[in-house]
Amino acid sequence: MRLLFGSFFTLMLAAAIGLGATWFTTTRGVAFGSLTIGAWKSWPKSGSTDIDPYARAAIARTGELPLGMGDGVAFYARTDDAGNNLDGRCTFTISGMTPAARYWTLALYDPDGRLVANAIDRHGFTSAEIIRDAEGRFAISVAPRARPGNWLPSGGIERFVLVWRLYDTPIGVATRTTKEGPMPAVARKACT
Amino acid sequence: MIRWLLWIFGAILLGGIVHLSTVLAMPKAATQDAYSRLVPLTPVNAMVPLAAPTADASIMPFMDPAFSAAVCRYDLSGGSIKLNAPLSQAYTSVTFYTRNSVAYYAIDDRAAGRRAIELDLMTPEQHADLPEEEDVTAADRLIIESPTATGLIVLRALAPEPAMMPMVRRALANAQCRIGPVQ
Repeated sequence: MRLLFGSFFTLMLAAAIGLGATWFTTTRGVAFGSLTIGAWKSWPKSGSTDIDPYARAAIARTGELPLGMGDGVAFYARTDDAGNNLDGRCTFTISGMTPAARYWTLALYDPDGRLVANAIDRHGFTSAEIIRDAEGRFAISVAPRARPGNWLPSGGIERFVLVWRLYDTPIGVATRTTKEGPMPAVARKACT
Repeated sequence: MIRWLLWIFGAILLGGIVHLSTVLAMPKAATQDAYSRLVPLTPVNAMVPLAAPTADASIMPFMDPAFSAAVCRYDLSGGSIKLNAPLSQAYTSVTFYTRNSVAYYAIDDRAAGRRAIELDLMTPEQHADLPEEEDVTAADRLIIESPTATGLIVLRALAPEPAMMPMVRRALANAQCRIGPVQ
């Protein structure tokens, strides 16, 4: 009786530990070989055959197609530089420099990867359409209400994700330091 | 007490095995991966443009809204595939994915270096069966080996400004993906 109870307990615990760990790692985006620059996180290996099993499982679950390594690199931001969650009810500014790339795009999604509805039908910027100052720097305001300059509407949703994609770039698996890849700073301003 | 610790230790070991095997099995068991989402939308061995992502509907999550995309869902069991993709003005790339969404090859317009991206896709067996003639293996045709018999070729072209999107779509509409022998 004791043996039966013990083995039942063990099996239940094992299932809970195993499935819980799988759920946790595939939903939270635990993948090895990540490259973190400020608030931005990238998994360059996910775009190659060197992709690790955790990233493969996460991609199979979400249904996305990762950017191929010969194509570009995607950086994801879910917080600002100080670690605050990206809340659509607050204003965030993205400013500074970008790593070398022929083109880049910035897009705003909800946490499930859907675009966010807004009145001006803008979901992101490309390097060609952004307004820069005389020194080539730019500032983007992510805010629920209209802002002068580069305004990226966040639709006032509770959480959003920013994805910065660099196309035709030397940034990749070999990149180690932030010196090689100066990513733009993300900072929270006022909240409404 | 010791007996319970042993039971818990066993549970942790077993849990580790459950965890690793479910992670490894997930790509095979997934029903909502990119390939499965594209099956009802795309014919086999033909290049079809994908609907641009909007706030209401997006075929796959995290699609780049600045890009127009076309996809060829291939099956190499009937022979090798010829891909011909004209380049749009700004940036065009082709990425090859296996059945389980692993990107095994990607090339952009600058690396392709011509007016169009032209290449042949085949399984390693089909590649080995090619006659070893000088002109066939010459470098002017790019030959890609697919690790799986089925998979996805995704063609992406950038519209640097939203107004350029119709032009980019027209350029993509001329892309071809069909079964054909290497010439």
